[in-house]
Amino acid sequence: MQRKLSVKHLIGIKGLVPSDIELIFETAQTFKEVINRPIKKVPSMRDVTVVNLFFENSTRTRLSFELAEKRLSADVLNFTASSSSVSKGETLIDTVNNILAMKVDMVVMRHPKPGAALFLSQKVNSIIVNAGDGTHEHPTQALLDAFSIREALGELKGKKVVIVGDILHSRVALSNIYCLQKMGAEVMVCGPPTLIPKYIDELGVKVETNLFKALSWCDVANVLRIQLERQDIKYFPSLRDYILQYGINAEILNKVNKKITIMHPGPINRGVEITSDVADSKQSIILDQVENGVAVRMAVLYLLGGQQNS
Amino acid sequence: MCHQLVENHDDFSNSCIIGLQPRGIFLSKRIVQHLQKWNPKNKLKYGALDITFYRDDYRRSEKLLVPSRTDIDFVVEGKKVILVDDVLFTGRTIRAAMDALLAFGRPEKVELLVLIDRKFSRHLPIEPDYTGDAIDSIDSDKVNVEWKENGKEDGVWLVSKSKSNATKTKR
Repeated sequence: MQRKLSVKHLIGIKGLVPSDIELIFETAQTFKEVINRPIKKVPSMRDVTVVNLFFENSTRTRLSFELAEKRLSADVLNFTASSSSVSKGETLIDTVNNILAMKVDMVVMRHPKPGAALFLSQKVNSIIVNAGDGTHEHPTQALLDAFSIREALGELKGKKVVIVGDILHSRVALSNIYCLQKMGAEVMVCGPPTLIPKYIDELGVKVETNLFKALSWCDVANVLRIQLERQDIKYFPSLRDYILQYGINAEILNKVNKKITIMHPGPINRGVEITSDVADSKQSIILDQVENGVAVRMAVLYLLGGQQNS
Repeated sequence: MCHQLVENHDDFSNSCIIGLQPRGIFLSKRIVQHLQKWNPKNKLKYGALDITFYRDDYRRSEKLLVPSRTDIDFVVEGKKVILVDDVLFTGRTIRAAMDALLAFGRPEKVELLVLIDRKFSRHLPIEPDYTGDAIDSIDSDKVNVEWKENGKEDGVWLVSKSKSNATKTKR
């Protein structure tokens, strides 16, 4: 069977069609089998060089991408902004063009500015994979979240997913909304009114400020971290107040009295948005998400990388 | 072919049959059925192998293949492995299959069974151990093997660019 993605770069979920997402899922399923073999490496991308450009801190995403690249036998270059010429005043395009001059085939980039990945894809001649651009999109995270929900519940169509927490600053939330809606799931966002963007209902999502009501409605709760580093002003009175109103703990889950699958894109602030007993409970699929992350990223790299010479 | 297999592998206690995705699966299933009929007590080890990620034409060919399932629930280490595919043409698929197989362990021996051997068209020094039929064909011809399991009639078709004529082969 031969199928292709409709895009050349992975900038955001918004630019994908449902059949692209389905193709990524099918490919990721086989890669998941590959990474559970005794020898976890396949030689597909033997002659491909990938650079991981990280202008912003990350542990999980970077390790996950790096592992995915290595399992595909690609050559990997790592780049972190803090130890580079960016601090000497080089522009983004110059940095990337210099790296590409060394014959690099693909760029995986995280950048604090929304739109950085799209900008780069228009200006340089390479395959760009967005690993998070500011508060805009984080497509591979949304793909792995949706893949994990599909794995846990069988399908996405008709499922109810609530995204709890800091929606305003979250690229994970936006990508998740696009991805889940394209796959036929219903999405609700829940959080303090100050952290829910204006006009978000135009995306077709439900808005709820009461955590208990939101949990009673949903099948899956995707809990986001409170991004204190992005908060230039006070969005809620105190962290303690946030915990009391929006922290997910065993007590509120028992009160809801139905089985909800709990997800978190990491990093977790234990005791803030989610308590330890919930994060480590059986209904949490947080570590499955991490495992699926490698498989999904392998699928994305494989599908995008295979198109270049054609 | 099944007779030859039994001659070499006796009761299959240390052998296993692995079909190559997607089209070697039909043949390998038929073979397993046959062997099981002769000796129902035998527990045949049987698997499916997908070689998509081991192909040598990644980024070189127009088409990007979508992988299928690999399903090997036994250890190949130290076993005699019989690889099964429908048509042997350039040998590149089998090269990839051997690479893929070695990712699961070190087999004692690897043999190759194909239904149709397209002679004189090899790109690599690979020859089958068991053959259903051997045919001479030019490179631009296509050999289609169709199966009942595929929703079609059992048969082997040699399709030339100009005309199509059929040769029926029985296992």
